[in-house]
Amino acid sequence: MSLAIETTDLVKVYRSGQTENRAVDGVDLAVGSGGIHGVLGPNGAGKTTTIRMLATLTVPTAGEARVLGYDVVREAPEVRARVAMTGQFASLDEDLTGFENLVLLARLYGYSRTAARDRAAELLEAFDLSASAGKQVKAYSGGMRRRIDIAGSIVVRPELMFLDEPTTGLDPRSRNQVWAIVRALVGAGTTILLTTQYLEEADQLADRISVIDHGRVIAEGTSGELKASVGSGALTVRVADPARRTEVAALLTESLGAPADLGSDPASLSMRVDDPTAVAGALARVGDHGVRISEYALGQPSLDEVFLALTGRPADDQDHQDQQKETVA
Amino acid sequence: MSTVQAAPPRTETDKVLAALGSSERPAPAGPLSSSLTFGWRALLKIKHVPEQLFDVTMFPVMFTVMFTFVFGGAISGTPGEYLQYALPGILVQTVVFITMYTAMTINTDIEKGVFDRIRSLPVWRPSLLVGALLGDSLRYLMASTVVVVVGVAIGYRAPGGLLGIVAAVAVLVAFCFSMSWLWLILGLKLRTPNAVMGAAMMILFPLTFVSSVFAPPETMPGWLRAFVEVNPVSLLVEAARGLMDGVPDAGDITLVLVLAVAITAVFSPIALRLYNRAS
Repeated sequence: MSLAIETTDLVKVYRSGQTENRAVDGVDLAVGSGGIHGVLGPNGAGKTTTIRMLATLTVPTAGEARVLGYDVVREAPEVRARVAMTGQFASLDEDLTGFENLVLLARLYGYSRTAARDRAAELLEAFDLSASAGKQVKAYSGGMRRRIDIAGSIVVRPELMFLDEPTTGLDPRSRNQVWAIVRALVGAGTTILLTTQYLEEADQLADRISVIDHGRVIAEGTSGELKASVGSGALTVRVADPARRTEVAALLTESLGAPADLGSDPASLSMRVDDPTAVAGALARVGDHGVRISEYALGQPSLDEVFLALTGRPADDQDHQDQQKETVA
Repeated sequence: MSTVQAAPPRTETDKVLAALGSSERPAPAGPLSSSLTFGWRALLKIKHVPEQLFDVTMFPVMFTVMFTFVFGGAISGTPGEYLQYALPGILVQTVVFITMYTAMTINTDIEKGVFDRIRSLPVWRPSLLVGALLGDSLRYLMASTVVVVVGVAIGYRAPGGLLGIVAAVAVLVAFCFSMSWLWLILGLKLRTPNAVMGAAMMILFPLTFVSSVFAPPETMPGWLRAFVEVNPVSLLVEAARGLMDGVPDAGDITLVLVLAVAITAVFSPIALRLYNRAS
């Protein structure tokens, strides 16, 4: 299987005055053809900068990157002819209508005047946007906006598509629509590099995932492999009587072999679970001791937990601090 | 992919698949075609955001009427006489002011992400810029027409006739085209459209007012005159005035055109380099 993307020690440094920001600090990626490769990381981890270098929008400070076998600097036009980019930082013209935007792109891709109009109409129909064809894109909802962005990227079917946080800020229904479209693209043979902040999204879509933090790849694998590194998930329990919380914690620790984390909520506790099949038995044992549990949930580890396990700190320190400040205030 | 596991209706995915399947792969547009396509985009933007024509139509009317009737009598004895002197200057000032929209346009494109989308396409990269310049020239022509029409309505008569006016506008547009390269550099360098607007005002006010647009330089103190006389806008005004007054000065006109070529030669490579390496 040939590699769709291959980078070696890719670096991008932004300088402004005295300060130097190493946005991407030695990224090594090897992404095979076909399927979806996820790049997972918190805000500011270097995901978008990496994609911008791969899409020939930014020249790397150091290192090498080949996309579909072409060097992104020396053979940039070859790369541009084969890839498409959609995302927060690459969008359509808000002042134009959806139809006009697609005609514009089709003309640039070399369609004749009539063929461009036909293609635009066809794409609008396929993405369920015909009714809004004559509306300015700035009047589109978030989900419509994302669909027209993707439509613009497949005027000519790209061999490789960069999708930069395609569902950030979307409601669940729009998110599902975008996911269905992405799966259709893969079904038609396009390779997709997807960046996301959500473990769930990477889990749903990506065959393999690279976790990136501070401009470096800190882990790589299937979502199963990544989750295995943090245990299968987290068990959260609320007890009916907060006074008996420590008793429950001790019982669960005994059964599941993991330390309990007593949250700030006096009735709740959580712990990491390596073997989900043992959970039912452990909870039953708590019941046998006559303690009533009002609520329990066995969830997937969150991105935060993956990060905590990989880096020893939460995914978004900044957010974390903000939250703490709010709690104090 | 005939059975899709997720909630959305099956037909939706099928339609997307069908649209993908039917996509042909023509050769990407050539430089001329892509430039014209971006020019078409500039026209569409004028259609959808007609407010942007406000500056192009209202400012010229305001300037022409205001300067003629407020200062005209004091400077030249009667407003009518002043209008004869000032109109070519107001024409130049108006259009030179509008050149700053080149910077605003590119900066807005960068801010909105349109810039990146376009740069990721397999077309001749400068075509975005050339297309924008085509749209700009249309704006220059509209503003020129407004100034001349308003001028004539309040009593301006061009001794050089229609031909003189057309020639003056042609020289003006040629010069403004070269100025666009400077604006592109500014638009690529500054962070926000507001910063662009601020910088543009700092440059344009001295450049157009400290010139021979509104008053003959002979009436100014020596130190100011020194600047006015080397100000390219003064040169441009003299060339336009000569043409509209029916006494074209070949020297002035040649100098303006040479200057336009020189500005383009120096600044277009810088603008293109910045554009290609923008990040």
